[in-house]
Amino acid sequence: MTPFTYSRAADASEAIRLGRQPQAKYLGGGTNLVDLLRETLEQPTALVDVTGLQSAIEERQDGGLLIGAAAKNTAVAEHRGVRTRYPVLSRAIVAGASAQIRNMATVGGNLLQRTRCTYFYDDEGSPCNKRAPGQGCGAIDGFNRTHAILGASSTCVATHPSDMCVALAALGAIVHLRSARGERTLPLTDLHRLPEDHPEIETILDPGELIIAVELPALPFASRSTYRKVRDRASYVFALISVAAALELEGETVKDVRLAFGGVAPKPWRAWKAEEALKGRPATAESFRAGAEAELADARPLRDNGFKVELAIRTMVAVLGELTGENA
Amino acid sequence: MSITINGSKAQLPDDPRVSLLDLLREHLHLSGAKKGCNQGACGACTVLVDGNERILSCLALAVQYEGRSITSIEGLAANGALHALQAAFIEHDGFQCGYCTPGQICSAVGMAEEVRRGVPSQVTKDLSDRIIVLTHDELRERMSGNLCRCGAYNGIVAAISEHHTGAVT
Repeated sequence: MTPFTYSRAADASEAIRLGRQPQAKYLGGGTNLVDLLRETLEQPTALVDVTGLQSAIEERQDGGLLIGAAAKNTAVAEHRGVRTRYPVLSRAIVAGASAQIRNMATVGGNLLQRTRCTYFYDDEGSPCNKRAPGQGCGAIDGFNRTHAILGASSTCVATHPSDMCVALAALGAIVHLRSARGERTLPLTDLHRLPEDHPEIETILDPGELIIAVELPALPFASRSTYRKVRDRASYVFALISVAAALELEGETVKDVRLAFGGVAPKPWRAWKAEEALKGRPATAESFRAGAEAELADARPLRDNGFKVELAIRTMVAVLGELTGENA
Repeated sequence: MSITINGSKAQLPDDPRVSLLDLLREHLHLSGAKKGCNQGACGACTVLVDGNERILSCLALAVQYEGRSITSIEGLAANGALHALQAAFIEHDGFQCGYCTPGQICSAVGMAEEVRRGVPSQVTKDLSDRIIVLTHDELRERMSGNLCRCGAYNGIVAAISEHHTGAVT
């Protein structure tokens, strides 16, 4: 690790003041950042520990929940209101990492974790536009079985690794931000940007801007929601494909639906096209497949990851089948 | 700046780059917690915070735990008597080379608290359940953050299972 100073912020104002130091980074649980520091892929000169900030999970007047950014992943997954009203979020969190890591990792840090693309990590042997803009991408013509099929660019095909964010994208979560200029909110689906020509810029956050909370809007039909993660082993590995889904039926018709994919794109991928294709349609495997195909029509597979297209479609069909009560 | 390690106060390092694992092993010469992968992929460095919350000490900066209480494998035995899980690991041959064992045992202590609290896992069928039954599948999923390259999993599962349920699998 390169040298840095460490300070622990007592409140958000202090965090933002300390975060204005040149080359400062906010530190959550450290489960990603400490690793990146050790690999010298991150070289901040100041770390501002924000784990002492807002961590409560509070009821909102409108029926939603407000989750402090310093809440631990475990605390969110085990929260009674999350489990009963937003089960997709509990399911997504416990599908990720290991219990030890979930005990350390914060919600804010989970949102800002970086890709696990092996070419990004291989700073001694591989080019990477995310690590060194303009250097090239080792993955595009390399071993890219785990890489993106949607939303990538000619400069970067890395995927966003979070499970939690996929559920948050489906639920229409709102991110609460604070900076020296004040507070603002934005949909989680707008937080991460696509790589285009600048894969090194991963979010729309301003320098020094701090995530202080994540809001789950009231969404009564999310009580019928779940998360499925398909991967190379049963536990403790990143997704090849994951699907977050919430389904509202009216009789045998899809009244409303929320869908998002993980493991397919540089950001948690809200499947807007699939949702639109499904609303008002009969809740059948045929409709589900047509919806999934509408989303995957934009897929641009690489040499090794063409299997993800059909896998994503089938996983979405299976998850929606499960939510309709079929034995998918 | 101090931290409590296995019941004794210790000084935190001046350099914030020192991981909690390196504080234990290199500064305090407590070599129980192991440096397996040093990147959060193996669980060999698992220790407990404030009694029973399991974390990975390799991904923690020691300074982040100022004022907190850390228990490593060296702190589990009381008055010279093995912790019941340590005894169960011996009874069931829950190891071969022993390298992952301190992490496995600390992890199992933390897991017991999570089960007691009703924290769901990936294989929990009904999220509304308040009581978690530690089935074979639940145990394996909840311990999946601790790898054993010797493959002593059968003994590990038997030891933990016996300790928690009193039933030998």
